[in-house]
Amino acid sequence: MGALLSGCGNSNNTSTSGNNSSTSTGNSTGSGQSGKLEIFSWWTGVASSKALQQFINQYETQYPGVKVTNDAVAGGAGSNAKAVLASRMEANKPPGTFQVHAGHGSLLSWIQAGDMAPLDSMYQQQGWNKVYPQSLLNLLTVNGHIYAVPVDMQRDNVLWYNKKIFAKYNLTPPATFNDFFKDAAVLKSHGITPLALGNHGNWETTLLWSDVLLGTVGYTQYNELMQGKLAWNSPGVVQASQTFLKMLQYTNSDYNSLHWAQADELVAKGKAAMNVQGDWAQGYFTTTAGLKPNVDFGWAPTPGTQGIFAAVSDVFGLPSKLSGQNKTNAENFLKVLGSAEGQKAFNSLKGTISPRLDANPADYNAYGQSAMKSLKNDKLVLTPGQGALNPGFTTALENAMTQFISSQNVNQFVSGLQSAAQQNPLS
Amino acid sequence: MSRKSNELASPSIPVPRRVFRIRSEKVWSMVTLIPSVVLLGVFVYYFIFWTGYVSFTKWNSFIQNMNLNGFRNYVSIFESFRFQSDLRNMVFFTILFMAGCLILGMFLAVLIDQHIRAESVFRSVFLYPMAISAAATGVVWSWLLNPTTGLNLILQSLGIHHLPQWYLSTRILPNFHIAQIQGGFPIAMFAVLIASIWQWSGFAMALYLAGLRAIPEEIKEAARLDGASAFRMFRSIVLPQLRPITTTAVVMLMASSLKVFDLLYAMTGPGANFVTDLPALNMFDTTFKANQFAQGAAIAIVLLILVLIAIVPYLIGTIRKEASK
Repeated sequence: MGALLSGCGNSNNTSTSGNNSSTSTGNSTGSGQSGKLEIFSWWTGVASSKALQQFINQYETQYPGVKVTNDAVAGGAGSNAKAVLASRMEANKPPGTFQVHAGHGSLLSWIQAGDMAPLDSMYQQQGWNKVYPQSLLNLLTVNGHIYAVPVDMQRDNVLWYNKKIFAKYNLTPPATFNDFFKDAAVLKSHGITPLALGNHGNWETTLLWSDVLLGTVGYTQYNELMQGKLAWNSPGVVQASQTFLKMLQYTNSDYNSLHWAQADELVAKGKAAMNVQGDWAQGYFTTTAGLKPNVDFGWAPTPGTQGIFAAVSDVFGLPSKLSGQNKTNAENFLKVLGSAEGQKAFNSLKGTISPRLDANPADYNAYGQSAMKSLKNDKLVLTPGQGALNPGFTTALENAMTQFISSQNVNQFVSGLQSAAQQNPLS
Repeated sequence: MSRKSNELASPSIPVPRRVFRIRSEKVWSMVTLIPSVVLLGVFVYYFIFWTGYVSFTKWNSFIQNMNLNGFRNYVSIFESFRFQSDLRNMVFFTILFMAGCLILGMFLAVLIDQHIRAESVFRSVFLYPMAISAAATGVVWSWLLNPTTGLNLILQSLGIHHLPQWYLSTRILPNFHIAQIQGGFPIAMFAVLIASIWQWSGFAMALYLAGLRAIPEEIKEAARLDGASAFRMFRSIVLPQLRPITTTAVVMLMASSLKVFDLLYAMTGPGANFVTDLPALNMFDTTFKANQFAQGAAIAIVLLILVLIAIVPYLIGTIRKEASK
């Protein structure tokens, strides 16, 4: 609550300073046909950088006079990029616009720090309030002001599996944890790693664990945990952590040396049968590995999470310290990012889906269509690993996880989480 | 002749001239020093002071909160499992890293000092790892020492069954309980040591080679005439002569081992149970991932103090030596 209140105070400051700068620089704002635009993201992979180029291409056709720089920083689910961004913000040298995750993580921190300008008028002007699902816009709204433009929708709770292996041993994708362990036993007896895991970035185990948590405690309790209303050492978390440990016994032993895409490679090559990963893995399977959805690889919600969409949405915001030509250029780019045309080109290449409700399912492959259907019907939840919570808590969770996967001490783990939640307020 | 007679005639003239000359030298040295003094003052010492100040504040989120927080940041990092692991790892890493670099470096230097053919080729080969960025070194060694690929494939084909787990090992020897952590040497650190010694031993070699070449031939000749064996000569002549070089190498290697970040970040990360974590990596995560700037600053200050502990005795020794000259 304290954080919320301070957030309110700061966001008020932001909105006034944002207005001030727009009025004071009103005369000097140009046509948007000159100057420069720096786009900051952590999209350096093959699929994601090709996809980002789509936005840039569309922008450059409309505004040929602007010099666009793609300032993408590689590594660690954006953690490296966030570090670079933090130092640029500290130095008052923000990029034109930058990638951040929807939710109460970095986005809320930037808003509270007064580094973001509200986009209410742009939303009204573009009619975006009706185009995007309200549940998503809620994650971008602080104190009644909306602060970012969502460009894609990704899902965290996806179990990817090798269809050929599953067909060979007459298995069905597990809907419950019991099913999972039954399947895993069969696969193990045939010498196939049941669950591929890569943890070189130190966040992948956290993702798996949070999906197990969601599948164990269910929608309501999970949300209470995310909002700090339920203790992190409650019985549901303990049970989920025990299940998680049991699942680790069915993974490849060298998971600490593999990146997430290398874990998916094990599935793609048939050395492993399943992998729990966000649906950015789809971009890997189709674009990099060249596999066919629903033929070579299949997907299902992770055990126990049917009807729930663990959402990760990349959004772009407007730094409040921009002015003049740079601000106009950034605003014009945000309009491209939010457009149906831009999102179609971007998402179909990236392997994600457009969060716009008017997006055409025919533009996406089989996986995309099923994800769009889920997005419309499922309940949306945040995930702790992907920038949705207080970064202090997320780092403490990842540290506790590093210790946990080795010590296997559940009590120590959950009490560590509880004290982290007390030190880093979640709402 | 004329100068001498001049001096005799009017001895007061050269004196002010000499004073003037010294003054202008001093002025010039001051003028040329000012830019670097100012830059050092602002960008090194002021920021050290600033980091120290931040480490006592409550600035543990994006919102800059400069209210003082006493020693609470220090207490909380010293209480954390991760930082305790860091300190343990650092002690072992620093000692073994220095020992490894010095021994290997000296060994290579002695070999090269035998006036072999193509000496400069070997010198470059051993120095070359220094020229490669630590990040690249880290990535390559993370492949070589990955237990399922890399070196283990060679070991396997040689018929070795108990293959090492390299940096994925979570064993700690001898493993006794201390504070929150297991005390002892984390086996996984061995992999990091291999990579970093590979990179830095060439540096020690270069220093030792210069030292070996500086030993006067007369001393060696005299020892040889006295009938000293090669080993005796090495122990009684060469080693004592190399002492100042060793001191320099120890100080520089220690400072660099305390700052290891890029190699670790690219190669292993913190590792399971933080078996390969070092304070610099922890500082990066705390500051830039968790945005706990005050706690990150506290880790930085602890690191600074550790580096000072290593370097100050050396500086005092150097200053004393200069004073006695």
